[in-house]
Amino acid sequence: MASEEAIIEIKSVSKHFGGVRAVDDITFNIRRGEFFSLLGPSGCGKTTLLRMLAGFEAPTKGEIYIDGQPMSAVPPHHRPTNMVFQSYAIFPHLTVAQNIAYGLRKKGLSKEQSAQTVEKALEMIQLPGYGSRGAHQLSGGQRQRVALARALVCQPKVLLLDEPLGALDKKLREEMQLELRQLQERLGVTFVFVTHDQEEALTMSDRIAVMSKGKVLQIDSSTRLYEAPNCREVADFIGTMNFIRGRVSSVDNGMATVEIGQIGKLRAPVSNGEFVVNSDVTLAIRPEKIKIDRTQPAASDANGLQGTVSAEAYLGDRSHFYVEVDGLEKRLAVAAPNLTRSLDETDARGQKVWATWPVQAGVLLSH
Amino acid sequence: MVSVASGAETPARPDSLWLRWRALLLRHEWIRGYLLLSPTALVMITMLIVPILGLFLLSFWTQEYFEIHRDFTVANYLKVLNVADNPIYGLLLLKSIRMSLTATIFVVVLAYPMAYYLAFRVTKNKLMWIILITVPFWTSYLLRVFAWKIILGYNGVINSGLISAGILSEPLEFLLYNPPAVTITLAHAWAAFAILPIYVSLEKIDRSLLEAATDLGDTPFQRFWRVTFPLSLPGVISATLLVFIPTVGDYVTPTLVGGTSGIMIGNIIQSLFGKANNAPLGAAVSIMSMISITIVVLGFIYFVRLLFGKHAIQRAG
Amino acid sequence: MTSPKRFDLLALFSIVYVAFLYGPVLLLPMFSFNDSIYVAFPLKGFTLQWYYEMVENTQLIKALNASLKVGIVSAFVSTVLGVLAAKAVTRYYLPGRGPVMGVIMIPLVIPSIILAIALLTIFRKFLDIDLSLWTVGASHVLVCIPFAMLVMIARLQGFDKSLEEASLDLGQGPWITFWKVTFPLAAPGIVSSLLLCFTISFDEYLLAAFLAGNDATLPLFIFSQLRFPNRLPSTLALGSCILVFSFVIVTFSEWLRRRGVPNESGGGIV
Repeated sequence: MASEEAIIEIKSVSKHFGGVRAVDDITFNIRRGEFFSLLGPSGCGKTTLLRMLAGFEAPTKGEIYIDGQPMSAVPPHHRPTNMVFQSYAIFPHLTVAQNIAYGLRKKGLSKEQSAQTVEKALEMIQLPGYGSRGAHQLSGGQRQRVALARALVCQPKVLLLDEPLGALDKKLREEMQLELRQLQERLGVTFVFVTHDQEEALTMSDRIAVMSKGKVLQIDSSTRLYEAPNCREVADFIGTMNFIRGRVSSVDNGMATVEIGQIGKLRAPVSNGEFVVNSDVTLAIRPEKIKIDRTQPAASDANGLQGTVSAEAYLGDRSHFYVEVDGLEKRLAVAAPNLTRSLDETDARGQKVWATWPVQAGVLLSH
Repeated sequence: MVSVASGAETPARPDSLWLRWRALLLRHEWIRGYLLLSPTALVMITMLIVPILGLFLLSFWTQEYFEIHRDFTVANYLKVLNVADNPIYGLLLLKSIRMSLTATIFVVVLAYPMAYYLAFRVTKNKLMWIILITVPFWTSYLLRVFAWKIILGYNGVINSGLISAGILSEPLEFLLYNPPAVTITLAHAWAAFAILPIYVSLEKIDRSLLEAATDLGDTPFQRFWRVTFPLSLPGVISATLLVFIPTVGDYVTPTLVGGTSGIMIGNIIQSLFGKANNAPLGAAVSIMSMISITIVVLGFIYFVRLLFGKHAIQRAG
Repeated sequence: MTSPKRFDLLALFSIVYVAFLYGPVLLLPMFSFNDSIYVAFPLKGFTLQWYYEMVENTQLIKALNASLKVGIVSAFVSTVLGVLAAKAVTRYYLPGRGPVMGVIMIPLVIPSIILAIALLTIFRKFLDIDLSLWTVGASHVLVCIPFAMLVMIARLQGFDKSLEEASLDLGQGPWITFWKVTFPLAAPGIVSSLLLCFTISFDEYLLAAFLAGNDATLPLFIFSQLRFPNRLPSTLALGSCILVFSFVIVTFSEWLRRRGVPNESGGGIV
């Protein structure tokens, strides 16, 4: 798996296009053998950053090191990276085998060695015998795999992937996510993966850098990003999140008590930084952590809010409820797994319920 | 399924002829399509297919002075093919093809960098550049050819310019009335026909393919030969055909700037239909020319296919 | 990949090339204002005399009128036929479409001299029709149809087929749909095609040389003038006028062709 050692070092890198700061003073490392994702909405700078790693854009400021070597004087065709393009960029005038062998010319392999490498690559991407087909005869998913093989046979130190699964349909995408992950683990190559789909990033990555407007908001493992987002933007971007605004009334033993307007007090653990009494905070709680009950929770380590179910959505494996709570501007989103097989089609709308969650499940975010 | 769109009541039987006809039209899209196409197709058939067939037919007849004998004979073809007794036809045909090929290669090779510059280096005002390049092409063809006569002539621009600048004392005689003059004039006259198809082809190339090639290790030079050029082949082929084919039959240019050594097959065909009064022979020569051109073109395409593989030529223009 | 603008060999070549293209062409206006009957250096002085001569030449005016008539009529006819054919090809599924398109494009790949004599054969030897501006016009229509069709296909493919389907769905019949939806959107292409075909016909020499009767078109007139050295400067004056005229038409045509087709980047003429 991933080692601790950095293979890519990004130091104070910025990229300006005219007046626009596509990438704004970013510093972080990517570890050898890691599956690293750059995640963010469109325009956040993730693709620009990827292209700077590949060499297609040069940083306006700062420096990029790959395997200890500074890359500012190294053009793309000399870099130890290879890229899988968003459009796959399969050469239409070449066969599949010729596409895959494209980057091998430099290595001075004999014709047989080259052919063997291509054969093995075709097997690896599960397209044995496709070598002599023309590129235009392939489906989208097949093209994507050929693009992958073409990049990997060059044995790069880092594989860069620019939203490679975006054009595939859902089922295929999920399959490819797993396959890519397994491939990466098997080969041990460092993958840098750009996507705007947070589920995808969460599934596949060792670590994720969440970006927005040219800056990196948080770099962490999937678990930590999901359960311990460090700011509202990250919390909102990853998965769904309920946000409740309030004010810290006291902090005691790592647990803060937050006053929510007229409603009352809720408690949450203090994990991200300092929270001063009387400061404004946001209490964030994931929908799946909330339980719906008819009665008020008795336990002292649970928070509870009373409200009315205003909408319900049945999703098969789970149901979503939306609870209007007096005093809260937005309704609470609750996700409950359908644990029992029930053909009951009655509506929960209009029912008065208690939404409860364990105190530990909440996250405090500063404004 | 079939609704009478006018809204008026049709008391006729459900399977009246009119309704049946409409049902047929609606079901078979291709009938409507071909109906729409029919006027144009008609024109093409009457003005193109039929005349060429007529020409073909004519080539099997003979003419004496002003009378045409309509007995079927292959005498004309034998005359043309009989290279021993009538070398002029074969020779002139070969010469015309050779001169056209030379001019075509000249034009295309010179046009390619220009098209490349337009496609890859010009970022603003591409339209302006395209207009700039095509404008000379839209002046009178005759005058453009004549302009070269003015330039290359004995008292022409080059000579008079060099003499008044003191570089020459006597005019150069070899500039005009020879095959190279024809080649240069053709290269100038047909330039736009070469630049535009190549430009369109280059412009269409997906830029991410070029990035992919770079990413996989190609220097810009390697990338050009392995990716850019093969992908521009349809445009190059179009350009080649669009210049080569018409110039083989051109007789205006040889007449104006070619002199006696510069005459081409077009001149012969013209005179056979004109002063020499042997239209059937002229027809036979034309048919033979068309066949020769087709052979050369097919040979060219085959050659390109051989060099670049069959996937490179998806659709030539 | 952002490659910096380099003033290198390629840029130099392009500039020289454009100069090569324009050099001969610019001689026309240059010597049309030259106060000398000989087209040679050194230049002798400015004069408008040749332009006056040109305008007073009745034969020239006659030929100009003939060319205008032929040009306008053939442009119109070939554009109409081109529109119909383009609509058929782009909007309907036609089995055998490839061969059909191939046949329509044939005039582009046959030397005009062969077209000329083929038509001459049919007109004179088979049908015994007298040669006239009509025969010239007919031949021009033949060679312009492929161009008209190509321009219209590019234009029709550039906009969404579902616009027409929406119109039909909302109750407008095919004819009305054509006038209210297709035509306005295709209009720039139609104008462009008209201008293109007109220019082709206006400049066409070879077919006219074989198929014209007693009335000369302008290119025929020009060719006949080239034999007379003393008529040369006024012929150059004529050529310069044609140059300016064509420039305006082509610019307008290309500008029109690109309006409303956002991703169109090709050279529309060929």
